[in-house]
Amino acid sequence: MSAVLEIEGLRKTYRSRRRGARNALDNFDMRVEAGQVHGFLGPNGSGKTTTLRTLLGLIRPNGGRMAILGHEVPDTLDQVAPQVGAIVESPQFFPHFTARDTLSLLAGAGGLPEQRVDEVLELVGLRDRAGERVKTYSLGMKQRLAVASALLKNPRLLILDEPANGLDPGGIREMRTLMRNLAESGMTVVLSSHILGEIQLICDSVTIISLGRRVAFGPVDEVLARHSSGAVRLRLEAVTDLPVAAAALTRSGVRVTTNDDHLMLGGVDKPATVTRLLAEQGLYVSELASVAVDLESVFLELTATAPVPGQHRQVDQSVRVDGTAPSAPAGGGWGA
Amino acid sequence: MSLFRTELRRLAKRRIARWMTVGGLVVLVLVAAGMFLTNHKIGPEQLAEARRQIDRQHQEQVRWADQERANCERVKAAGETADHYPVDCAQITAPPRESFDEQWFLPPTFDFRASFGEMLIPLAAILAMVGFVVGASFVGAEWSTGAMMNLLLWRPKRLTVLLTKLGALLTGLLALALPATAAWFGSMWLVANLRGTTEGMTSGTWQSFLIGGLRGIVLALVAATVGFALASLGRHTAMALGGAVAVMVVGQVGLGILLAMAQVRFAEAWLLPTYAMAWMTKKVTLQDWQACDATYTGQCEPATLDITWQHSSVLFTVGIVLFLGSALWMMRRRDIT
Repeated sequence: MSAVLEIEGLRKTYRSRRRGARNALDNFDMRVEAGQVHGFLGPNGSGKTTTLRTLLGLIRPNGGRMAILGHEVPDTLDQVAPQVGAIVESPQFFPHFTARDTLSLLAGAGGLPEQRVDEVLELVGLRDRAGERVKTYSLGMKQRLAVASALLKNPRLLILDEPANGLDPGGIREMRTLMRNLAESGMTVVLSSHILGEIQLICDSVTIISLGRRVAFGPVDEVLARHSSGAVRLRLEAVTDLPVAAAALTRSGVRVTTNDDHLMLGGVDKPATVTRLLAEQGLYVSELASVAVDLESVFLELTATAPVPGQHRQVDQSVRVDGTAPSAPAGGGWGA
Repeated sequence: MSLFRTELRRLAKRRIARWMTVGGLVVLVLVAAGMFLTNHKIGPEQLAEARRQIDRQHQEQVRWADQERANCERVKAAGETADHYPVDCAQITAPPRESFDEQWFLPPTFDFRASFGEMLIPLAAILAMVGFVVGASFVGAEWSTGAMMNLLLWRPKRLTVLLTKLGALLTGLLALALPATAAWFGSMWLVANLRGTTEGMTSGTWQSFLIGGLRGIVLALVAATVGFALASLGRHTAMALGGAVAVMVVGQVGLGILLAMAQVRFAEAWLLPTYAMAWMTKKVTLQDWQACDATYTGQCEPATLDITWQHSSVLFTVGIVLFLGSALWMMRRRDIT
C-alpha cells in the first residue's frame, strides 16, 4: 500500500526566555496508508495539534521530513493543498458570516464551483440552517461546518482534529458513518480524537503520541494484541475457596489480584494450565474468561495518563518513550 | 485571480466595511448640505442690502462721533478732567464711508476657485479614516477569529495571501474613493453654482484641483495600508486601532505639549498632521516667533521652515516600507497557532 502521509524525525522546539526550551515534537514518526481511517491519539499537550499544524504549513518545524501524497511539505504544500481537507483544533470561522457565505468564500479561494457548497451542506446536515450567521451556531453545528469546509475540496486526504467535539450522540454516529463512507470511497482520513471508543470502532490503524514521540503505531488489532496483558478473570463455585486458589496460583508464578467474588490473573499464557492446577487442588472453576484489552486501556498504559486516586495529573505529566516519567511541576489542580 | 475576486467579495460582505463606507458618505453629504445651507448667491439684491447696511452703520458712527465730540467739548468747557477724550475734540470723527468693506456685510458665499482646494482636506481625511479602520479590520478580524488560518489551509502561500488581501482592500477603497471624489467635485460645483460662484476657473485651476483630489486618494490608500500592516503585525484589529489612538494621543498631543514646553523650534515639524496637511496643500510654512529674521526695512520677521509634499511623500514611503515590510516578514516567519 502506498503512503499518503509520511513523517520522519519531526522536531519542533519552542523556546522561551522564562521557561527555556520545550520539545513539542521530538523525532516524531508517522505513516498513514492510502484508503485508511487512521486514528491519531495522544494526551493533551502531547503534540498532536502541533504535528497537524506543522504538516499543514502553519508551524515551521525545526527538523525532520514530511510528505503528503508524495509531495514534500512544506516546500511543495501549495501543490498538494487542493487535495488535502483539514480542520485543526476547534472550528474557527468569521462569526458574522453565514455558513453558506463562509463555504462560498472558501470555495471561491479554491476555485471550486458554488454547487459544491450545497453538496457539503447537505452532507453535514446544515442545509436548512445555512443562511444563519455562524455566531448563532452551537459548538456541534460549528463542528459540522468545519467538517463541511474540509470536505469542500473533495480531498484525497482528510485531516480532522477532534471532529466529534460538541456533537450530540446522533451526530457522533453520523460522523462515524461519514468517515467510513469516505474511506470506502477511497479517501484517506486522519482522525485525531479523545473518544477512544469511536477510534477503535472506525479506525484501521492508529498512531499514539506522548510528549512529542510516537509510543505505538500500526493496525488497531495489532496494537491491541501487542499490549494485551494476558489478563484472565477467574470465578469459583465457592467464593470461600478464593484464598486457597490465590495461594496455589501465586506459588505457580501467576500474578493474582484478589477481588470480592473473583480473582484477576496476570501473565497467563494458556488458561488450561489454570484449570488443571486448580483441579489438582480440588477447586472447581465456574468462570475463566480472558479480559479483552481495549484502546482506552492501551492508551492509558502507554501514555501513563490513567487517573490515580488522590493525585492531580498535570498536562505534561505523561510517559517518555524510554519509559521514564518526566518530572511534574509542583502544585496541583487543573493546568496548574 | 480567484483569490483576489474572493477577497473582494469578502471585503464587500464585511459589516464594518459597509458601515464605515455608509458613515463616511453620510458625513460627506452632511458637510455638503452644510455648505449649501450656510452659503448664498451674491447678486444685485445682496449687494444693495450690503450697501444699505453700510449706510446705516456709517450714519450710526457719524451720530456717535458727533455726540462724543459734543460731550468732549462740553467737558473741556466745564474745565473737568476727562482723560478719555483727546486734547483736541475735533479729532473725534466717524470713519469715512469708503472704509466700510462690502464683503463684511455680504452673506457667506462659496467661491469654487478660492475654496474648493481646502474642501478636499475633509474628503481626504474621511477617506483616510475609512481606509485605516477597514484595512485594520479586514485582516485583524480574520486573524483573531481564526478565519485567516482557515484560508491558509486552502492557500498555503502566506505572502501571496496577505498581498492579495491588501490588493483587494486597496482596490475596494479605490472603488469607493474615486466615485466619492468625483461626487465631491460635482456636489461642490453644484453648491458653488447655486450658492456661490464658479468664476475664474481655468484649466490650470482644474488641473490643480484634480491633483489635489488624487493626493487625497493616495493619502487614503497609505492610511489603509498602514492600518492593514499594523493589524497584521499584531494579528488583531485592536493592534492597529489602539496603535493609532496611542500615536495620536501620546505621540502627537503629548509630544506637542512636551515640545512646546521645551521651546523646541518648529515643534509642528515633529507632528504627523503637519505632514498630512503639507501633502494635501503642497506646502506648510512653520514659523518660529522666538527668532528674528531682519528685513531691509529693519523689521523683525519670524524664522520659517517649509514642510513640502516631497517631505511628506518620503515620510509616507518610509512608513509603508517599515510597517508593511515588517508585516510581510512576520507573516513569513511566525508560526500560526
